[in-house]
Amino acid sequence: MKRVVITGAGTINALGQNVAQTCHAMREGRCGIAPLEFRDVDRLSIKIGGQVKGFEPESMFNRQQLALYDRFTQFTLVAAREALAQSGLRFESELSERAGVVLGTSGGGLTTQDENYRAVYEDGKNRVHPFVVPKLMNNAAASHVSMEFNLQGPSFTVATACASSNHAMGQAFSLIRSGMCQVMVTGGSESMLCFGGIKAWEGLRVMSKDACRPFSANRNGMVQGEGAGIFVFEEYEHAKARGADILAEIVGFAMTSDASDIVMPSLKGAARTIEGALRDGKISPERVGYINAHGTGTAANDKTECGAVSKVFGTHADNLMISSTKSMHGHLIGGTGAVELLSCIMALRDGVIAPTIGYEEPDPECGLDVVPNVARDAHVNVVMSNAFAFGGLNAVLALGRV
Amino acid sequence: MSTKDKVIAIIADQALLEPSDVTLDSTPEDLGIDSLGLVESIFSIEEAFDISVPFNANDPSESDFDISNVGTIIAGIENLISQQS
Repeated sequence: MKRVVITGAGTINALGQNVAQTCHAMREGRCGIAPLEFRDVDRLSIKIGGQVKGFEPESMFNRQQLALYDRFTQFTLVAAREALAQSGLRFESELSERAGVVLGTSGGGLTTQDENYRAVYEDGKNRVHPFVVPKLMNNAAASHVSMEFNLQGPSFTVATACASSNHAMGQAFSLIRSGMCQVMVTGGSESMLCFGGIKAWEGLRVMSKDACRPFSANRNGMVQGEGAGIFVFEEYEHAKARGADILAEIVGFAMTSDASDIVMPSLKGAARTIEGALRDGKISPERVGYINAHGTGTAANDKTECGAVSKVFGTHADNLMISSTKSMHGHLIGGTGAVELLSCIMALRDGVIAPTIGYEEPDPECGLDVVPNVARDAHVNVVMSNAFAFGGLNAVLALGRV
Repeated sequence: MSTKDKVIAIIADQALLEPSDVTLDSTPEDLGIDSLGLVESIFSIEEAFDISVPFNANDPSESDFDISNVGTIIAGIENLISQQS
């Protein structure tokens, strides 16, 4: 089996419009959650989110591109350009055929759907723009990345709600590990911050009106975010031969299904996935120093997740650090695991553990070291990233240094 | 139909029971209504009475709306109807 390493990273999210800004904000424990700004926000009961502000797509894409790119595609391309530039890779001849793109998203071009449903239903128009379908389709972002960078190998989109990007990165990992591909562009993106997107979530009554406070006893729900996280996964020998700067190695991956409930998380399912990723990478549990939690800030997720970590790690659960960066950038749904992977890379490379901000009151059911409010310097060798989606579909990645 | 009978009908429908099986001291748990079922019942109640019910599924005990049993739910709804009409 081939080894798989990360040689490029890019992002745009509420904390920053590139990796450096985002990691800087995570070190500072800055909150990117703020009042939402879009049409009809006054008709919502949830009015906050981790929205990308100050983003000017007109400065990055031409008129023809803008007509085809939904906001989730725009985010994806901005992050992909950063990741590909860092990797230094160019895709020509044979390499382009052995390189592909697997991305996660849950809502795809939801803003495009929202705007066009409004046009036909509310405004009573009988005509929509000819590109509505190619703009809203879930695979639009993956396709545009493949076109912009000439990636001609296996390419597709994964939609598993909140685990989409972890599932996508797991697929990319498997494609390289098995020898099928040499390079994969992977990660995920989401742009659900529009009237219809938030209105739908309001219905479930799991959203917070004031803040995302994972693991805190007074947590009262999740807060949505938007953006993208994109990575270049590369076969280790290929990266080494060209002298690439290796950010981290993917050392284990597992995915499972709870097969039990459409919204409630399962301790058993979560634990089984974490154990699976350890087993896959032949990682002894004591080597894990940091976990980027799914940590949504809902009552159910956080206690279930802490229970699962305690079950898997036993007494070592008290030695490792676990934080939820959703407290800062919000929950990016299908793109969340990708943005969160940045905190895993930061932990390995820079020795900085991103905090869980908004932490106010200890909860005995979440009694782990959640790195409350302030980032911490620490040397860690193996880190993990959890994603446990609605529908009971779980995906966990483990990263190490090379 | 009285508010009480309407609410009981909605809850019975959610619980797949006859209205006569739903009593004022039945709790959602007694009736086999889980958190998702509760959120759905509250939606039906909001639609039926054209009111807005303050309820956060993350912490039902801290919401301003008492869902401990059918009786408290009905009292809460009567209160909301008088406030919001």
